[in-house]
Amino acid sequence: MVGSTTIRMSEQPADQARGPARSSSATGGLATRDARPDSNTPPVKAAVENFSFYYGEFKALKSINLPVYEKQVTALIGPSGCGKSTLLRACNRMHDLYPGNRYDGTIRLLPDNTNLLDPGVDPIEVRMRIGMVFQKPNPFPKSIYENVAYGLRIRGEKNRSVLDDRVEQALKGAALWTEVAHRLNEPAFALSGGQQQRLCIARCLATEPEVLLFDEPTSALDPIATASIEELIDQLRERVTILIVTHNMQQAARVSDYTAYMYLGELIEFGRTRQIFVNPTRRETEDYITGRFG
Amino acid sequence: MTSADSAGLARIIRRNKRGDLIFAIAGFLALMIGVLTFLALFLQMAYAGWERLTPDFFMNFPSRRASQAGILTAWVGSLLVMLVTAVSAVPLGVAAGVYLEEYASKNLVTDIIEINVTNLAGVPSIVYGLLALGVFVYAFGFGQSILSAGLTLGLLILPVVIVATREAIRSIPQYIREGAYALGATRWQVTRDHIVPYSMPGILTGVIIGMSRAIGETAPIITIGALTFIAFLPEAPIGPDFPWVNFEWLKSGFTVLPIQMFNWTSRPEEAFQQNAAAAGFILVLMTLAMNAVSIWIRYHLRKDIKW
Repeated sequence: MVGSTTIRMSEQPADQARGPARSSSATGGLATRDARPDSNTPPVKAAVENFSFYYGEFKALKSINLPVYEKQVTALIGPSGCGKSTLLRACNRMHDLYPGNRYDGTIRLLPDNTNLLDPGVDPIEVRMRIGMVFQKPNPFPKSIYENVAYGLRIRGEKNRSVLDDRVEQALKGAALWTEVAHRLNEPAFALSGGQQQRLCIARCLATEPEVLLFDEPTSALDPIATASIEELIDQLRERVTILIVTHNMQQAARVSDYTAYMYLGELIEFGRTRQIFVNPTRRETEDYITGRFG
Repeated sequence: MTSADSAGLARIIRRNKRGDLIFAIAGFLALMIGVLTFLALFLQMAYAGWERLTPDFFMNFPSRRASQAGILTAWVGSLLVMLVTAVSAVPLGVAAGVYLEEYASKNLVTDIIEINVTNLAGVPSIVYGLLALGVFVYAFGFGQSILSAGLTLGLLILPVVIVATREAIRSIPQYIREGAYALGATRWQVTRDHIVPYSMPGILTGVIIGMSRAIGETAPIITIGALTFIAFLPEAPIGPDFPWVNFEWLKSGFTVLPIQMFNWTSRPEEAFQQNAAAAGFILVLMTLAMNAVSIWIRYHLRKDIKW
């Protein structure tokens, strides 16, 4: 296992207030070889194992190992080009859309232990189970209602009352319902940037994904909209496992339970967010976090 | 800075600005040459044909007497030929464009196809006419009919529709596609629910530009043997009896506006020149109307699309 030499997992019970009190018995030991389970470690929802990625000849990710804990927020941080978005996009097989991308290793989704990267697993199924929110709000040029309902429609849901109900629930889940309840048929582009991003989150929530991927979800938003998205992520951790890429270290510190620091395609350090920010074990992590580089 | 320097700078700026003025004048003149030429032709035609623009002119068959000759068969023929053109070129062109952009993998073969499609748009229309004469009229046995003419013009504007479709699809940002794929949509669902609807304004604009070109085409239509004098209408496509539609009109002989116009201009009598001017005026109006429709459609369909 190549990656093990570069990763220092730390499981200090630091973040008690936010950390979950769930037992770790369900992890089955998968992907936690490095992260010695203790009483504070929540079950693993997804496990990245020996994942390498190539853009043509360029090796963008080098044997990454990373556990993603259930109903926790895991942040991927690191300087531009370190491969954090590449890793995130691998989780829903986004790379399959483009020729010339190559990867190996596994990403297991628990509890059913599906290898998301298995060629025998349809990327459509992967994307139906794992939602994604993009850097730039990307609502469809359709009505607010149709945006949220789209995920259900492609699953064949036609019953109007079911659709109405699920759309309402999703919009409530994304803290957008009170703002748009009276104008569901207006175009999504009529919303502000922050509202559009919450609409995109609602669009994902409508189909109840097991994991939500956020790819720098606030980098195109103003500070107030950013705060509303962060608040929403804080609420969402109760119902869904979240993996978030962010450029903003303060954001990682504010919203995440676990943080992974990546540099030049390698996972340098992974641990509880408090520990990574207060007491990183690796010099490179400390340099990046304190702003000496990056 | 001394005042001498300031004066020097002012001189340099003045000299540099002269270039601005010279180009502005040259550009304006270039623009006017185009606009005024068209306007002069259009107005002259309107003036020459004005007296002939009566309801009778639209409702009369051609005649040996200029004062009784009308464009009924010509405008009906043009309309029906355009119908066949649109029905044949739009589905083919859109499907081909969507396939090239969304489905085909990018390799040497698609590159060659792409170059060919682009070049097809520049092939002289008479070549299409000759091809159609061999293929549609004789090989397929469609005869010198509305069907042959419509398919010929459809072929003529096919590259325009394909190119317009591809341009429109390319203007859809990748993050919209990814948003749909990320929800678990298949390629076909993305194409049907997003790619085609969002590229519709661009596609329709391309279709109408192609149709504006096709409606004025004479050479390929003459090549396949359109009649220049025709005193009957094709059977009506819609009738009072079951099944209410019939396709006999597709096999009918026909003429179109530009041919009618060409026929009249070749006659020596002054009165027929008047008729030709009036018919030309109507043809230009039809083209302008189609362009107006395309602008209107583009405006309305693009209202809710912002990227």
